[in-house]
Amino acid sequence: MAGAGGGGCPAGGNDFQWCFSQVKGAIDEDVAEADIISTVEFNCSGDLLATGDKGGRVVIFQREQEVPILKPMDLMVEASPRRIFANAHTYHINSISVNSDHETYLSADDLRINLWHLEITDRSFNIVDIKPANMEELTEVITAAEFHPHQCNVFVYSSSKGTIRLCDMRSSALCDRHSKFFEEPEDPSSRSFFSEIISSISDVKFSHSGRYMMSRDYLSVKVWDLNMESRPLETHQVHEYLRSKLCSLYENDCIFDKFECCWNGSDSAIMTGSYNNFFRMFDRDTRRDVTLEASRESSKPRASLKPRKVCTGGKRKKDEISVDSLDFNKKILHTAWHPADSVIAVAATNNLYIFQDKIN
Amino acid sequence: MSQKQEEENPAEETGEEKQDTQEKEGILPERAEEAKLKAKYPSLGQKPGGSDFLMKRLQKGDYKSSHWRSHWSVLLCVYEMQKYFDSGDYNMAKAKMKNKQLPSAGPDKNLVTGDHIPTPQDLPQRKSSLVTSKLAGGQVE
Repeated sequence: MAGAGGGGCPAGGNDFQWCFSQVKGAIDEDVAEADIISTVEFNCSGDLLATGDKGGRVVIFQREQEVPILKPMDLMVEASPRRIFANAHTYHINSISVNSDHETYLSADDLRINLWHLEITDRSFNIVDIKPANMEELTEVITAAEFHPHQCNVFVYSSSKGTIRLCDMRSSALCDRHSKFFEEPEDPSSRSFFSEIISSISDVKFSHSGRYMMSRDYLSVKVWDLNMESRPLETHQVHEYLRSKLCSLYENDCIFDKFECCWNGSDSAIMTGSYNNFFRMFDRDTRRDVTLEASRESSKPRASLKPRKVCTGGKRKKDEISVDSLDFNKKILHTAWHPADSVIAVAATNNLYIFQDKIN
Repeated sequence: MSQKQEEENPAEETGEEKQDTQEKEGILPERAEEAKLKAKYPSLGQKPGGSDFLMKRLQKGDYKSSHWRSHWSVLLCVYEMQKYFDSGDYNMAKAKMKNKQLPSAGPDKNLVTGDHIPTPQDLPQRKSSLVTSKLAGGQVE
């Protein structure tokens, strides 16, 4: 029976199985734009799970005590503003990050990062500005930014050229000069038209420990040690087989998809999404990885998830799926890992899947 | 048994073909893809990271509908305000703001523009036809 050795999943060294728990959302094929889930996140304690959609609605799920079932709270929260922070962004905001001091937060758009105080709504400090005097000289944009989980003066921001800058707000008011610059050296002989596009970082996340950070570019996830700028500590291939499909992925705009990534509570495993409603998990300790699928077909209560495999050429084995059969409209861009338990939330377009460990 | 053969045969027939292409693409599949793209669009610029490319990105906001990560303690509703900020009224209002008391919301609550920075109370109510999210409905499974 396929699956010997189990949904063999990583996360913390234990060989346990990921199982289906719940799925929320409509089943019908016609998905309205407003129903597309745009963000998923657990709160710090893991008692609550929030989702946001493109219609501007926020739904918060609460975990019930004994039985690990998530049910929506009585109120569906509409994103009605509690405070309105005066506009300081010309371009669309790509990141918001609350500081560990719980007093300030940053917002980032393509060219600027602003620092706000939660109590002050009419002004912000501009802390990064990469807009050139002459827009013709523009070579890169900011793609993501995040505060360090413990050091309230430190934040990072990533760029469309695959670089990450770490800034310390104590060094100067305007953080034009970075304290650290993370970039993996590129082999010039392998450069192509697509190189820069696929190196663009779509997400950057600090580990819970604050010792590492992770960056997601189009084909891989990289783990960086904050003390080593010259190259990443680890590189995990998400879907390397797409490298020979870049032409069509450029034509259908998929090459610009922004995948996010997340750490598990102990920072021993990382997760990110892919196409065909596949998502990938990498165990940093055992070096094992697995591909799982969020699908209605495998959504029976407590059913174990079977590992998926993409066939890249030659003979396709039974249960494998060929690269050409992948559905590029089914993309998993947003995933979240419970801060303490083996529970994950996966957003597949308009459906929210919850999976948990069998033991849990 | 026979099913297995059926599955393998189609692959075998094209197996050799596939192997040839793979050898060509082999070490640099990216370069092969680049050649494909340039064959289709000969006028495509050499450097995609140049300012034209980025300018397009900035104007469109994003190549995909923009999404933003948010943390728990902050709820923003930026798109509600978009018309107001785009109109230039906000900048005018900011310029006039100094030493001025915030006026109470005018009679026309639908038009939030002018001399003051809006408060949550000023904003027009969300449409009553707002549909409940399908994530919130239905049976708990």
